[in-house]
Amino acid sequence: MLTETAPAASHTAAAAPMLKVRGLEAWYGESHVLHGIDFDVAQGEVVTLLGRNGAGKTTTLKSIMGVIGKRKGSVVLEGAETIGLPSRAIARLGIGYVPEERGIYASLSVEENLMLPPRVRPGGLSLDEIFTLFPNIKERLKSQGTKLSGGEQQMLAIGRILRTGAHFLLLDEPTEGLAPVIIDQIGATIRKLKQQGYTIILVEQNFRFAATVADRHYVVEQGKVIDMIENDQLDANIDKLHGYLGV
Amino acid sequence: MFELLGVPPQALFGQVLLGLINGSFYAILSLGLAVIFGLLNIINFTHGAQYMMGAFVAWMCLTYLGINYWAALLLAPLIVGATGVAIERLLLKRIAHVDHLYGLLLTFGLALIIQGLFRNAYGSSGLPYQIPAELRGGVNLGFMFLPWYRGWVVVASLIVCLATWFLIEKTKLGAYLRAATENPTLTQAFGINVPLMVTLTYGFGVALAGFAGVLAAPIYSVNPNMGADLIIVVFAVVVIGGMGSILGAIVTGFSLGLVEGLTKVFYPEASATVIFIIMVLVLLVRPAGLFGRAA
Repeated sequence: MLTETAPAASHTAAAAPMLKVRGLEAWYGESHVLHGIDFDVAQGEVVTLLGRNGAGKTTTLKSIMGVIGKRKGSVVLEGAETIGLPSRAIARLGIGYVPEERGIYASLSVEENLMLPPRVRPGGLSLDEIFTLFPNIKERLKSQGTKLSGGEQQMLAIGRILRTGAHFLLLDEPTEGLAPVIIDQIGATIRKLKQQGYTIILVEQNFRFAATVADRHYVVEQGKVIDMIENDQLDANIDKLHGYLGV
Repeated sequence: MFELLGVPPQALFGQVLLGLINGSFYAILSLGLAVIFGLLNIINFTHGAQYMMGAFVAWMCLTYLGINYWAALLLAPLIVGATGVAIERLLLKRIAHVDHLYGLLLTFGLALIIQGLFRNAYGSSGLPYQIPAELRGGVNLGFMFLPWYRGWVVVASLIVCLATWFLIEKTKLGAYLRAATENPTLTQAFGINVPLMVTLTYGFGVALAGFAGVLAAPIYSVNPNMGADLIIVVFAVVVIGGMGSILGAIVTGFSLGLVEGLTKVFYPEASATVIFIIMVLVLLVRPAGLFGRAA
């Protein structure tokens, strides 16, 4: 059942992928977490990484972003090899990162949190556009960042990277622990961003949510990509997926 | 004249002023330590030596180059801050990834080396530094005599402390600093050059010590040991205020100077130990310090 898939071959886009990950390995201290991750993301795609807890999904995002102790392999973004770069240089290539724990700063106000990430490219959203997406944030600008509700913090975490002009977003479990109505709002936001041409990698535990926004799903297990499922094939592969995720 | 609790007002207000002056130095120095500790997680034991360097640079500027006090007030912090930048780049950066204890040992060793070099070159008897002509003399306030220079020290350190607080709490640069202090990895992942901020922050904290040294030069004699004597009390102040709190460092610095001054009036026997007694009490009741956030 656990067939190795060649991701590039099964992907429909003819153009060179926007992100090409090959043989990516990563370590937390002594423990070897990723054992050779391979996958591609095409421009304008929304791709999810699915898998059980501890499979290596979050570590994959961290490794792309360069915020992990030790990594090896190849991560090519728009033709540029990034494996040797510090995370600040990777961010400057136009990647926006929303970490799993959302990363809202307690020592900064909501407004300071929103304005913190420097612009990395032209074409970021204006404050008004961000407030249109997330009206709640506008009401709370002077509050301490961590005084926001979980949903509002997630919106702030997404909003602040949209300001920077980053056009490639790494979203780590944006729906985790949130109420259904907030999850719907975040889903709608991701679809809107996709329409506007953003490329997104989404880490999800909840594949029902993932199915409402993504083009393709990579299944990660024990630090490797073990399968790729097109979103429109999801129903046909539902039993296989249940097996992978253990649900 | 009236008396307060059996103490003549001249004595009382004289000690209050002295307390405020000591408090000014406690505040600037503990502020620098707090800023450095916040971002670098290093307890900068070199701080006292860097304060001493500030006083010596002012003395050298005047003696060798004829540069007056006011210019030295700007120049000495820049020079001492630049040596701090070099220390961070050449030494502290190399041990940033290991336990805090190594930073403490390294900066302690550096302090001994710097003090030794100055003692070797200038002896330990102390060098005089004249009060600038503009600030000689004083004014009789009726209840006490206020020397202009001492008043200036309190005002100047208040201004520098409040300006530092404003810079860190209210500006964009300060937001970067707070963000990098709270979560350096994520801040770096937004494209912010955290290593550069670390270097500049250390330089800035050290420059504050240099500034305090220039302020101190006309009051205390310029002496290689002047920092070593002061820094132990300043560390107690930092422990009481709570590591890493900006406003806490300022408020605690001035208040403890004041408490020390008042103790001299009412119970002189305890004046040298009162800060350490308070430190023990604070550690028992609030281990994170009065203004510190529990980790």
